Amino acid sequence: MNPLNPQLVMYEEEQKQIQAIAERLHQDSRARTILLIDKNGQLVAAAGDSAALDTTSLSSLVAGNVAATGGIAQLLREDEFTAQFHEGKGMSIHMSLVGRRIILVVLFDKNTTQGLVRLRVKKAQEELVPIFELLAKKATTQPSSPFGAEITDQDIDNLFND
Amino acid sequence: MSFINYSSREINCKLVYYGPGLCGKTTNLQYIYNKTRPEAKGKMISLATETERTLFFDFLPLSLGEIRGFKTRFHLYTVPGQVFYDASRKLILKGVDGVCFVADSQDARYDANIESLENLRINLQEQGYDLDKLPYVMQYNKRDLPNAMSIEELSAALNPTRVPEFEAVAPNGQGVFDTLKALAKQVLAELRKGT
Ligand SMILES: Nc1nc2c(ncn2[C@@H]2O[C@H](COP(=O)(O)OP(=O)(O)OP(=O)(O)O)[C@@H](O)[C@H]2O)c(=O)[nH]1
Ligand SMILES: [Mg+2]
Repeated sequence: MNPLNPQLVMYEEEQKQIQAIAERLHQDSRARTILLIDKNGQLVAAAGDSAALDTTSLSSLVAGNVAATGGIAQLLREDEFTAQFHEGKGMSIHMSLVGRRIILVVLFDKNTTQGLVRLRVKKAQEELVPIFELLAKKATTQPSSPFGAEITDQDIDNLFND
Repeated sequence: MSFINYSSREINCKLVYYGPGLCGKTTNLQYIYNKTRPEAKGKMISLATETERTLFFDFLPLSLGEIRGFKTRFHLYTVPGQVFYDASRKLILKGVDGVCFVADSQDARYDANIESLENLRINLQEQGYDLDKLPYVMQYNKRDLPNAMSIEELSAALNPTRVPEFEAVAPNGQGVFDTLKALAKQVLAELRKGT
């Protein structure tokens, strides 16, 4: 597999820890929704009101946005923009990087302030970074084939049958 | 790279459709979207210009079912084919698990195909990938047009390594699912190997 872009693997224990941090951030920041998204656009965890959101679309667009901003940073020989903020009439969004692979997204409204969000995000980032570092390490040392047994062509064909 | 979640028992993979401008990448995704049952697909997102050329990407999430207790999700992306959008193409390739190269069969697009394939190889290399080691399939699209080159010629020029290749007419779906299945199969087979 590609050494520059190792596989992301999530386990039960880390998922629980990450979920707990997201829940706490949701409470402490008084935000509407917290999302943790892999830089490739896959949702890793969500807290708060996310049922009404199309989190799959959001994840892909946020990742595209962060990738584009990262591309701009490179052209400007900036290391990387570590956070972005977009303000809307009702809803605002704060996006920041956790380590090298994860994007932390906070959706919030007038119920809180950008200052409070930023403060709480910083704390959550500090807690999240070591967990994702551990996951990255685990991914390289543990075999990552999820299929204990052989998968067959039949298994794959079945996926496409309506 | 794929994301394997042992906690929620899900596997997420990223497939990218690459190829020259107007070769039919977006049309492939539109056909897949239209023919997939509602529970198996999410919204299709197209970031396009006013003339419907892809500006950044198209995105289509499919969740097809389970293999050995794992839900399999495929995130399909297209790149913008126009030459000057190269910076965007590089971004879309990040974290790719499998590539479908869509070639335009028309003889007038021969050079554009060659150039785009070369561009794919270079952009992958920049990110530490080798096209020859990645799950990869070839689609010859626009087979319905009178000026389409022969498959032998296209294959000799574009597919020297003999990866699985398919003839297609994307607007009516010919070859579209065969191409997708072949790519998905390779990606899952790669996962089966583990790291
Ligand atoms: N006749 C014919 N037309 C096709 C076929 N596939 C696509 N087209 C048409 O070609 C045009 C361009 O198709 P798109 O799918 O938008 O091309 P694209 O590769 O996404 O182009 P970019 O976004 O610029 O990279 C559209 O008008 C399609 O209807 C085909 O197999 N046969
Ligand atoms: Mg397109």
